[in-house]
Amino acid sequence: MRNYLAIMTKELHNLFVSPIAYVLIGVFFALTGYFFYMILVNVIDFTMQQAFQAQQFGTSTPPFDASAAVMRGFFSVLSTLLLFLVPVMTMGVLAEEKKQGTIELLLTSPLTHLQLILGKYTALVVLLLVMLVPTMFNSLLLYFLSEPSPPLATLLVGYLGAFLLGGALLATGLFVSSLTENQIVAAVLTFGVFIILWVIDAAAGTGTTLTSETIRYLSILNHYDDFTKGVLDSQHLFFYLSFIFLGLFLTSVSLDSSNWRQ
Amino acid sequence: MIQVEHLTKRYGSHTAVEDVSFEVRKGEILGFLGPNGAGKTTTMRILSGFFPATEGRAIVAGFDVFKQPLEVKRRLGYLPENPPLYGEMSVNSYLRFVANIKGVDRAQVGSRLEEVKIRCGLAEEGPRLIKQLSKGYKQRVGLAQALIHDPEILILDEPTIGLDPRQIIEVRELIKSLAGTHTVILSTHILPEVSMTCQRVIIINKGKIVAVDTPENLTGQLAGGETIELEIGGSVDNIVALLQEIPGVKSVSVGERKNDHNPVCVETEGAKNVRHLIAQKVIGSGLELYQLRTRSISLEEVFVQLTTEEEAKEEAVEGEGK
Repeated sequence: MRNYLAIMTKELHNLFVSPIAYVLIGVFFALTGYFFYMILVNVIDFTMQQAFQAQQFGTSTPPFDASAAVMRGFFSVLSTLLLFLVPVMTMGVLAEEKKQGTIELLLTSPLTHLQLILGKYTALVVLLLVMLVPTMFNSLLLYFLSEPSPPLATLLVGYLGAFLLGGALLATGLFVSSLTENQIVAAVLTFGVFIILWVIDAAAGTGTTLTSETIRYLSILNHYDDFTKGVLDSQHLFFYLSFIFLGLFLTSVSLDSSNWRQ
Repeated sequence: MIQVEHLTKRYGSHTAVEDVSFEVRKGEILGFLGPNGAGKTTTMRILSGFFPATEGRAIVAGFDVFKQPLEVKRRLGYLPENPPLYGEMSVNSYLRFVANIKGVDRAQVGSRLEEVKIRCGLAEEGPRLIKQLSKGYKQRVGLAQALIHDPEILILDEPTIGLDPRQIIEVRELIKSLAGTHTVILSTHILPEVSMTCQRVIIINKGKIVAVDTPENLTGQLAGGETIELEIGGSVDNIVALLQEIPGVKSVSVGERKNDHNPVCVETEGAKNVRHLIAQKVIGSGLELYQLRTRSISLEEVFVQLTTEEEAKEEAVEGEGK
């Protein structure tokens, strides 16, 4: 426990002492703010148009949940931003230790791989939370000011989804970072993997064969959709948790095998 | 304290260390000597548990490095060739971090930190960021890091590299002060360093051990004969012939005359001491003898001799193969 905390604290120190964390957080806030505003404006325009048309033609307005539409749009923006920013969060975490040779200190200390990897992963998750939690301000604005307001549960489920997605991406990024000692290579590779996981369902098409269903299952954003609608499905929960587990497990294997190779 | 048996490490087809066996007793300082790329770092990395060997066994402090790595790592301090430092951390927070992951008793972290800083000459540098320190100070922090949990065993890979002469002396003194209470393995390619700090030397070349002994024995054993330097006044025209009459003298050479003194160099073979015979001959022939001393063969010469002998042998073997 103490080893784990020591690694986590050191990692947080490293993350927050470098400008990368602040640039990331700044860019993330600016973009989420901007997109939230844009989505809000679009949705308001759309409802106004609907209302206007309805008035003109004397029909009744079709039922449209404006606040839910805003939230869905916003959560999808969050997921896209995470795909772009997570590679930058994870790129240095193990690659830099290898490059600087500090991995020699870590691997010759009485630490287990579990303590080392979980320590680093937790620090990354803390950074993710530091990025995600303040954006709740936008959603809370909607919650308090819109009429009808979106149910709080929907908001929380959406955020849980974003958090789990981020967690799965971080675990993947951590693994890729363990494969190389070059940060840029790690970032580009991680991003490549994310793009594949993102668009993989397009490759599967709409077929109902086992292969295409399997491929569709692997698409990391498919499982996110239900969360943005406020639906909590244990199937998706399980998907993300096993994804995280797999990522961390592969990182451990990679540390082991790099021991053998070097 | 350390027992290494038939250690071999291969990277693909390249063999970095081949069938290395040696032992280090408790409290001993052992020098690992070899040219760059001889396998020193590889051996040390295996002993410290950084990576496993391809074959063989290593017992450190009573635990098998491959089977109980955590037990070994608790008792071992390791300074890699490049000190593993985080530039963005202060010396204090870095050493505190290392103390935590090395499992220093929580209540003792503070006192260990102070002790190690004083020992490594870092008392004033505590709050400074590591990246702002000079190379020499970084090396000290690396050393402090290896000492922080007061390990029974220390493995130091080129501990004096990059230091200025005064710092080198300080580090050597520090290492010497560890003898008796700590078991130390240090590697170096600087030969005088070994004779100054180590009780025993392992000479390693191309992944194989070529010699294990005390620095004194190594220099004595290899010499076979002695080189005696004389300084003789007067005319030395006949001296060469006279000296060569002495049994056991292999060759005699006269150097350039300086201030009426002639340097003469006599090489002998066999273990027989012929110095008194030489002195008698010189004085008996009416010449003035100003100096007579044996020049001991330096570790440097031993080293070159051993590492080139090995190559010559190898070439011979290869030649036979063809």
